[in-house]
Amino acid sequence: MALIGKIVLFIVGAFVFQVALSGFSRKVIARIQKRRGPVFWQNFYDIGKLFFKKTSISHGFIFDFGVWMAFGGTVATLLFVPVGPYSVFPGQTNFIVIIYLLAIGSLGMAMSAVGSANPFASIGISRALTQMFGYDVPFALTVVIMIYVHRTSQVAKLAAVQSDIGWHLWVMPLSALVAFIALMAMLGKKPFDTPIAPAEIASGPLVEYSGKYLGMLMVQHEFATFVEVGLFVNLFLGGGSTLLIYLVKYIIVYLLTVIISALMARFRVEQTVAFFWKWPLVLVFIQALIIIGIGIR
Amino acid sequence: MDSRTMWEKVKDITRGHSLWMLYYCTGCGAIELPPTMTSRFDMERFGIGPMATPRQADILLVTGYLSTKTLRRVIYTYEQMQSPKWLVGFGSCTLNGGIYHDSYATINQLDQYLPVDLYLAGCMPRPEVIIKGFKQLMEMIKTGEADGWKQYQDNREWYRKNQKKALGDLLYTTR
Ligand code: SF4
Repeated sequence: MALIGKIVLFIVGAFVFQVALSGFSRKVIARIQKRRGPVFWQNFYDIGKLFFKKTSISHGFIFDFGVWMAFGGTVATLLFVPVGPYSVFPGQTNFIVIIYLLAIGSLGMAMSAVGSANPFASIGISRALTQMFGYDVPFALTVVIMIYVHRTSQVAKLAAVQSDIGWHLWVMPLSALVAFIALMAMLGKKPFDTPIAPAEIASGPLVEYSGKYLGMLMVQHEFATFVEVGLFVNLFLGGGSTLLIYLVKYIIVYLLTVIISALMARFRVEQTVAFFWKWPLVLVFIQALIIIGIGIR
Repeated sequence: MDSRTMWEKVKDITRGHSLWMLYYCTGCGAIELPPTMTSRFDMERFGIGPMATPRQADILLVTGYLSTKTLRRVIYTYEQMQSPKWLVGFGSCTLNGGIYHDSYATINQLDQYLPVDLYLAGCMPRPEVIIKGFKQLMEMIKTGEADGWKQYQDNREWYRKNQKKALGDLLYTTR
């Protein structure tokens, strides 16, 4: 019973926090563009409105199932990410598990979007998966270095060791830079927003979703954001000894991605992949050589 | 007399605060939309924003004159949207034909073919009018007054008859 209570509290807390924050980030973007922007609870209205639609069209079983798979997969991932000193299953925060479960979200969405048989959705999905090829290799390598050095793949432990040796941001700065760029691509922020690209392929995978389906995918995206930014905070900024410190770090990282994305234009998808396999990959290899060569003091 | 339950009122207020629009740029009226959306008039502060596809949108803007050929596309688009949905007619061309009132190729009154919830008069309506109109539409949604989509369901026969009259058998072909 206590476990279920904990899970529900965790999910609701993550939802409220992340949706409010992404509403606030709209305000930040608006200020950058010299506008006023919506109120910070605007995203609650948007999601509520979508769930209150009277009709939402379905395009068959695969379409429905994929949405649930994406949603379920992402919520499951959420439970394995340590938030400050808290985690739902203490000692069960393996990085490999998180990455595997996170992929279920993307794959469910791919399946569902292809089920809608809209060509724009297929283009969007193929772009999203191509882009994933690009950023996953450098990002995984940054974490492999860490796992190699500390001989553990528990995210909570990787976060905890940083109180002894200093943040990984300082210990392995090149890795941190690469991981941050990869984070922007994971979140689909500009310049890496080819999969969505509203003006180009009519919002890509989301093209056929309406009402409740779109609402669920929006919530799913918020949860995925919570996981991905959370990973960065845990791996490079030392997690948090209290919840408040963790959330402050989280807000700073998230707003940084938002601000950078507000100033950028969009890469084409092959440019994205070429970029990731050129600069970040080289940087992460240099970092690996440094770490293996001189170790961490 | 308001017959809505408490829960329905909450729903309507939520809907009224978040309008995603799809603009069908048929005529010259669309040129006043970019300033309305960007920094000068900033439509987003009311929760109104552009959306990419009819499935995601709540309001359809028909910005200007409609030739019979585009009317067919507008009907398809409107029917692809998910209810509750609203339709806004921009400028005198949708209202009574405007300066194209005697053209052989355009329709004169949009509300003969689709249920219009709000008209914005003017040739073309300025951003101030657009914002004022949208504020009014939001009020109407919150009070449950704007129910064009219900009218369209209830009076389907009548709308179909008018659509057929303008388009003939072309209504259902994809040419
Ligand atoms: S009302 Fe005026 S501005 Fe609008 S489409 Fe007609 S002629 Fe153009």
